[in-house]
Amino acid sequence: MIYSVISIGSIGIAAAVILYFVAQRFKVIEDPKIDEVEEALPAANCGGCGYPGCRNFAEATVKSAHDSKHIEGLNCPVGGNDVMSQVAAILGLEVEESKPMIAVVRCNGSRENSPQKVQYDGPATCAFAHNLYSGEGGCPHGCLGLGDCVASCAFDAIHMDPETGLPVVNDKCVACGACVKACPRNIIELRFKGPKDRRIFVSCVNKEKGGPAKKNCAVACIGCGKCEKECKFDAITIENNLAYIDHEKCKLCRKCAPVCPTNAIHELHFPPKKVRPPREEEAGTEPAAPKAEKKEEKKEE
Amino acid sequence: MLTVSGSPHVHGDSSVKKIMYTVVFAMVPAMLVSVYFFGLDALRVLVISSLACLFFEWLIQKYLIKGPVTINDGSALVTGILLAFNVPSDLPAWILIVGAFIAIGMAKMSFGGLGKNPFNPALVGRVFLLISFPVQMTSWPEPRLLFGGTASYPDAMGGATPLAFLKEGLKNNSVPELMEKMPDMMSNLIGFIGGSLGEVSAVALLLGAVYMLIKKVISWHIPVAYIGSVLIFTGILWLIDPNAYADPMFHLLTGGLILGAFFMATDMVSSPISPMGQIIFGIGCGVITILIRVWGAYPEGVSFAILIMNAFTPLINLGFKPKRFGEKLKAA
Amino acid sequence: MGILKTFSLGGVHPPENKLSADKAIEVMPLPKQAFIPLNQNLGAPGVPQVQKGDEIKVGQLIAKGEAFISSNVHSPVSGKVLKVDNVVDPSGYKRPAFVVNVEGDEWVESIDRSPEFIKEIKLSQKEIIDKIHDLGIVGLGGATFPSHVKLMVPEGKTAEVLIINGVECEPYLTADHRVMLEKGDEVMVGTSILMKGLGVKRAVIGIENNKKDAISHLTELAKNYEGIEICPLKVKYPQGGEKQLIKATIKREVPSGKLPIEVGAVVNNVGTAFAVYEAVQKNKPLIERVVTITGKSVSKPGNFMARIGTPIAELVEKAGGLPDDSGKLIGGGPMMGKALLSLDTPIVKGSSGILILREDESKRVEMKNCIRCARCVSVCPMGLEPLLLAQQSEGEMWDDAEKDRIMDCIECGSCHYTCPSGRPLLDYIRLGKNKVGQIIRNRGKK
Repeated sequence: MIYSVISIGSIGIAAAVILYFVAQRFKVIEDPKIDEVEEALPAANCGGCGYPGCRNFAEATVKSAHDSKHIEGLNCPVGGNDVMSQVAAILGLEVEESKPMIAVVRCNGSRENSPQKVQYDGPATCAFAHNLYSGEGGCPHGCLGLGDCVASCAFDAIHMDPETGLPVVNDKCVACGACVKACPRNIIELRFKGPKDRRIFVSCVNKEKGGPAKKNCAVACIGCGKCEKECKFDAITIENNLAYIDHEKCKLCRKCAPVCPTNAIHELHFPPKKVRPPREEEAGTEPAAPKAEKKEEKKEE
Repeated sequence: MLTVSGSPHVHGDSSVKKIMYTVVFAMVPAMLVSVYFFGLDALRVLVISSLACLFFEWLIQKYLIKGPVTINDGSALVTGILLAFNVPSDLPAWILIVGAFIAIGMAKMSFGGLGKNPFNPALVGRVFLLISFPVQMTSWPEPRLLFGGTASYPDAMGGATPLAFLKEGLKNNSVPELMEKMPDMMSNLIGFIGGSLGEVSAVALLLGAVYMLIKKVISWHIPVAYIGSVLIFTGILWLIDPNAYADPMFHLLTGGLILGAFFMATDMVSSPISPMGQIIFGIGCGVITILIRVWGAYPEGVSFAILIMNAFTPLINLGFKPKRFGEKLKAA
Repeated sequence: MGILKTFSLGGVHPPENKLSADKAIEVMPLPKQAFIPLNQNLGAPGVPQVQKGDEIKVGQLIAKGEAFISSNVHSPVSGKVLKVDNVVDPSGYKRPAFVVNVEGDEWVESIDRSPEFIKEIKLSQKEIIDKIHDLGIVGLGGATFPSHVKLMVPEGKTAEVLIINGVECEPYLTADHRVMLEKGDEVMVGTSILMKGLGVKRAVIGIENNKKDAISHLTELAKNYEGIEICPLKVKYPQGGEKQLIKATIKREVPSGKLPIEVGAVVNNVGTAFAVYEAVQKNKPLIERVVTITGKSVSKPGNFMARIGTPIAELVEKAGGLPDDSGKLIGGGPMMGKALLSLDTPIVKGSSGILILREDESKRVEMKNCIRCARCVSVCPMGLEPLLLAQQSEGEMWDDAEKDRIMDCIECGSCHYTCPSGRPLLDYIRLGKNKVGQIIRNRGKK
């Protein structure tokens, strides 16, 4: 009995000694700041910062702070300004607050606006349907509605609306960019969230000429240029028959939306506009104002 | 409205249901023969096992997983019948139901249902019962005929299976002495021997196996490799010392070898996908079966061998790929 | 008869349904408006040579192929160019095309329209290749690879055998069958021209055994031509695949990732051979082709010689009109054809047939879990493991997919056809091929 205690005990002691020396010999010396920064991060490991995991992002920030004395270009979209200020405090640096961003779905080709012309039968993934044909409504740039964006979201922030067949982004969005990459047609874009969650964007990415575009979808952008003329801040450009509102320049003045003949420009979360009496030149666009209101109410829900 | 989808736009007429029911049909000769040899007890075991398996699959799919119920694709029925084939006909009903629960619930449903189980469910159920209830699982009834009377059965054996008798007897006697006391080769072939429901009649099983091969539900690679390796291995042993080792024909016709080689090892979900892989799988099963039969603690090794090789299937799939087109440049 | 030749790996037997096999070729009347896409070949599209308002004649060059792998397009009709617009073509997307209002049937003078059969080949090897290039001949088997490029053997390789694909393994299609029966002599001369263009002394015409009349007819004719053998083949899909055909006829396997010229073979469709005859002997560019209109509900299935650019609607009208229970419109055969979006799509050089499937035949089988039965492995003619490749494509494991040779897939659809669980194997494999192809191309750029 005593011999078994001695033998097992000595094996245990020997193993402990070996393990201690090995741990010392192969110790990885890391800057303790990396652990501190990692603590401050939200641990979502979503890749939104561009690094594979929060630990790698922490290492990158510490390295950048050490080498170049700043952490420009490094941003954790999930943690946002709070987390980045904490990280900066740990590293002894100052940061600029970035404007919060959100994913915006730039297509309004719902079943109502873009009626179904053929029926799709096959795997429910946009990547495949995109390679196969233009889409059930016929628009080759429009949303296919099969939900690759929904599947890619790690934050439960985007869901498919069963009535319209389009994805809807909610407040949980942290602008990590996963859905942007997942969409094979580049319909989703990261834009500024805007003060009080208000933003204006062109809800169309169709690059076809006006005629074919309108044939497939009633609310397509036909590239007529009326919005470009109206904008006093040079925020709107027309390229390839498509209008694009630059979110850096847009001042949310709301002058472009009512002049759009197809209601392709969307204004989110604005209070309802008062209906102005029709002016002579804009007689044809009078109905645009009430329609814009209805959409705002729907989006505010 | 026109439909748009990727090619191909037609589909062959094979379906999971067809495959499973072909297997069930192939097992009918063995089912009939088991009722002939073991009486209504056999029918009882078959019915209870099948119903229990179907019931548990339905219960788990409807109330636990809350997904679509797929009991009419026939796979639970196949598991039920195979489980019944693997037990003695006088097994109490409650043990059988436990076995069904393990087979369907643990070995199949917990992995994700049909197509995701790494081990053959019927075998997992059988091995579980063997280890948990060793007495009930190894007390073999004497085979009776359905309409009364007993088969011409050497009294000395009682209800023991030939393999169990062999293992026990080898402690004191030599093989030729034991062989005299056991049923002759013809009885082994037809089934006048003790054993579980499905393993006794080689003829009935072979009929079913041929049917499955014709219908292309199974391919020849695994059974041929399995049985071939058993025959070769036991042949070598028998040639070395006929007093200590039984001859290959004996090993072939007794125990669950034919049942295992044709119906259990060929379970598609748990066996390799390339032809070469299947042959390796079969050889592995054969070698392990004989190792257990000759030197192991259990008289019968088929169930354990197949389960062990099931565990190797992913590795085999990684290592043995099918022959690719264009691998060897052949001149005209 | 002996054992018929065939390829060794895989293959399936879909029901043949050759409903229009005994219908002679009918010439279609001219359409009122023709839609001629600029890109009707594998490779770069043609550069337009005419514009809106121009009057054009049949056979006039309207788009020039300027890149190495591209082809000329000639007008199939005479009339006035209305516009160059985006039209939905058989690819499922809108592509630029000429829209021509057809007026009369005036042909360019240089084309010989006489029905006389010319057997003697007067042009040299180089002249043949140039002629085929100029007159816009592309592979009519469906892939539409520019034929002159195939005849230009790259440095270091030698061509030994020309193989003519008369197999037509796709169910329902019968265009090639009728061409072999009715234009057999022209096909033989076309084959001889291709042999001369390629510089080989031996040609093999592979024909599946379900076209016994074509086999016996061509075997008779072959006695009058040097170096051409007829090879009957076992009926098995995809016998018409290039690599499978080479394996079956001359027993050589094209290595993975390489072209047939690697084993000294060049494969051309029998329709291409006929088009080559017309080009070289009659100076006629590729402006029309035989198209099969078929389907179980179609009242008058048949084979029609139609001008390129004819809307499919007109051909379907000629075949008895669109049946009420139509569910799918397929350009090509049921195994590899592409589902078309509408009847307004025009016929292009690669259109071998239009198949109309009934509503009840159009829906896919319900998808279930993979049961690892490995039937897909046993039917794959390239020796791949479709269940594994589909799983890797779904899970985005592109490196593993590349290692398991996903790029070798010929997209024949045998795996998808056989799967008892109705899994959309080919859809996922196609997705995987797309992604892996992109990755390989990006690697090459670095």
